[in-house]
Amino acid sequence: MRSADFGVNPGLPKLAREEVSLKLFYRMCLARYFDLGVVQASEQGRINIPVYLSLGQEAISAAMSMVIPEFQIFAQHRCHATYLTFGGDPAKLRDELLGLPTGCSGGRAGSNCLQSHEGSMTMFGHHGLIGENVPLGVGAAMGSNKPTVCFFGDGAAEEDYVFSAMAFAVTKQLPVLFVCEDNNLSILTPVKDRRSWDMTKVAAALGMPAVQFSDDPWMILHETERLSKQLPAFIDCFTCRANWHVGVGTDGPPEWDRFQLVKERLAKQGLTDQAEKIEREVQERMNKLWNA
Amino acid sequence: MERLTVADTIREITRNHLTEHNGLLMGQAVSAVGWVNNTVPDCPGIIELPMSDVAGAGIAVGSALVGRRTIFVIRFQDFLILNGSPLIFYAAKIKELHNRPAPIFVRAIAAEGIGPVHSGVLHSIFMHFPGFRVCAPMTPGEYRAIWKDYLEHDDPMIVSEHRISYGNTEEINDMYVPDPDITLYAISSTRFEVGKAARLLADDGIRCSIVHLYWLKPFVVDERLSHPLMRSRIGMVIDSGHEICGAAQAIAYALSEATGYRVAALGTEDKTKCLCEPHQNKAPDAQRIYLAVKQLMESDDLVL
Ligand SMILES: Cc1ncc(C[n+]2csc(CCOP(=O)(O)OP(=O)(O)O)c2C)c(N)n1
Ligand SMILES: [Mg+2]
Repeated sequence: MRSADFGVNPGLPKLAREEVSLKLFYRMCLARYFDLGVVQASEQGRINIPVYLSLGQEAISAAMSMVIPEFQIFAQHRCHATYLTFGGDPAKLRDELLGLPTGCSGGRAGSNCLQSHEGSMTMFGHHGLIGENVPLGVGAAMGSNKPTVCFFGDGAAEEDYVFSAMAFAVTKQLPVLFVCEDNNLSILTPVKDRRSWDMTKVAAALGMPAVQFSDDPWMILHETERLSKQLPAFIDCFTCRANWHVGVGTDGPPEWDRFQLVKERLAKQGLTDQAEKIEREVQERMNKLWNA
Repeated sequence: MERLTVADTIREITRNHLTEHNGLLMGQAVSAVGWVNNTVPDCPGIIELPMSDVAGAGIAVGSALVGRRTIFVIRFQDFLILNGSPLIFYAAKIKELHNRPAPIFVRAIAAEGIGPVHSGVLHSIFMHFPGFRVCAPMTPGEYRAIWKDYLEHDDPMIVSEHRISYGNTEEINDMYVPDPDITLYAISSTRFEVGKAARLLADDGIRCSIVHLYWLKPFVVDERLSHPLMRSRIGMVIDSGHEICGAAQAIAYALSEATGYRVAALGTEDKTKCLCEPHQNKAPDAQRIYLAVKQLMESDDLVL
């Protein structure tokens, strides 16, 4: 069932405006090259705290941030990409990972608990329990009446309180988008060894629109656009974690490489030059950031 | 004018908070079965939570995080073990971690003699974790004071209420005797028993000063607390919760450290609270306090 094109409408990139496709790619680059800097800084021993990389999973928040930039964000532990693509300051994230007082939580919280309350961005940091952000996000949506997005993993989806918070959002018709960044793994245990049920069917049974597809960013744009008008709603997005659960190592190639696939799609749209330019610029910027 | 009970006081504070200050109140079945002993007003801002104890507490904390100063009602303190997760892990930590407060007002209600999951007194657990303010008001005036304190701070507050106090209209004052033999510090429901115990002890020639405690954390040993102990040179802290690793022991230790005098602790026994007598393991009543003090005063190793 899991595959790079599961549930994806292949006609969407053609319909997208060029600048949208390129901005999307820019945001993916931002998350990717930031995390590649983390890998290097960790290998050099400059970062010596546990890090939860978004590498491989960048497309989800890169696309969503284009559609719902003003939503309150309640992210999961793997949240570098969420933070960066929605507009969090990369220098503050770097400093947080370096344990500096100039970090986004003063260097006290670390990689898995990022927050940003600057400009129009409202991202609440969690504290490390998987799925805890879901009831909190639901309560925040209720308390503030602001649209809210909750990101969580396929493992967190199994936490009893995630399920019951989603149910409450349906009961009270709260404006919450629930997004499962489904990399098929809880640490190293695949979904099939943990449960026989499907979160998308559970969400649908609760009475909210629920869809499941792979992390093609144009598909995410399209579905987020559609579902953000029908909240609460649930998206289960198949994606691939490229690195270890925690730390910068790798266990062989991921099932698919979304970054590469997106570049190929952009080439098909005749956007190779622009894409390469964007990639180069972001790479340089992140090099500077990490070697400042 | 009729005097307000503790229940009336809670209800009117809540009504004002909900109708005038954009507050929220959340809990399970709060608008049914007597509106939580008539402590919940019938007004807008009340949110019935489903019977999802962990998620429900998380939802309440989330609403506090966005500034609603939510009152979270827990009908029986034992449920705090489930509700506690978002409170302990998130509400209490988030200010230090992210410099963002989640000031939730937790009305945790204790009761007595109704079995293993409805008779618990759990404030001690919350004294243990950083980030909470913890109190156990038993009078209308104390309730108004702790509410004011809650509004003046942005910390989550655990309010260890006790059903036994809801009908109370009186303030309960400290009692000092000349040349006391012992100072008794009472917490929660034991405050309604300690006076009776002191009278029994007086009949046996043991003079007791009594100090009432409703602030459990932060706990400050000020003059009011230390002065009687300096005179009696022996003390006992009495609480409705379990004695082992509980508020009574912790506060006895703090008083002892501050004054250098021996302070004993008395709470419920290290046994499950079963439903029927004689296994209810109730909070220390006058008789038990009396016996415990007698035993302490008569013990051979008592060096003043
Ligand atoms: C409540 C809780 N239980 C267990 C853990 C330990 N833990 C940390 S991350 C993780 C895996 C979570 O998997 P998933 O939700 O799929 O997110 P992913 O890491 O795959 O992005 C686990 C089990 C935790 N942090 N919190
Ligand atoms: Mg996972």
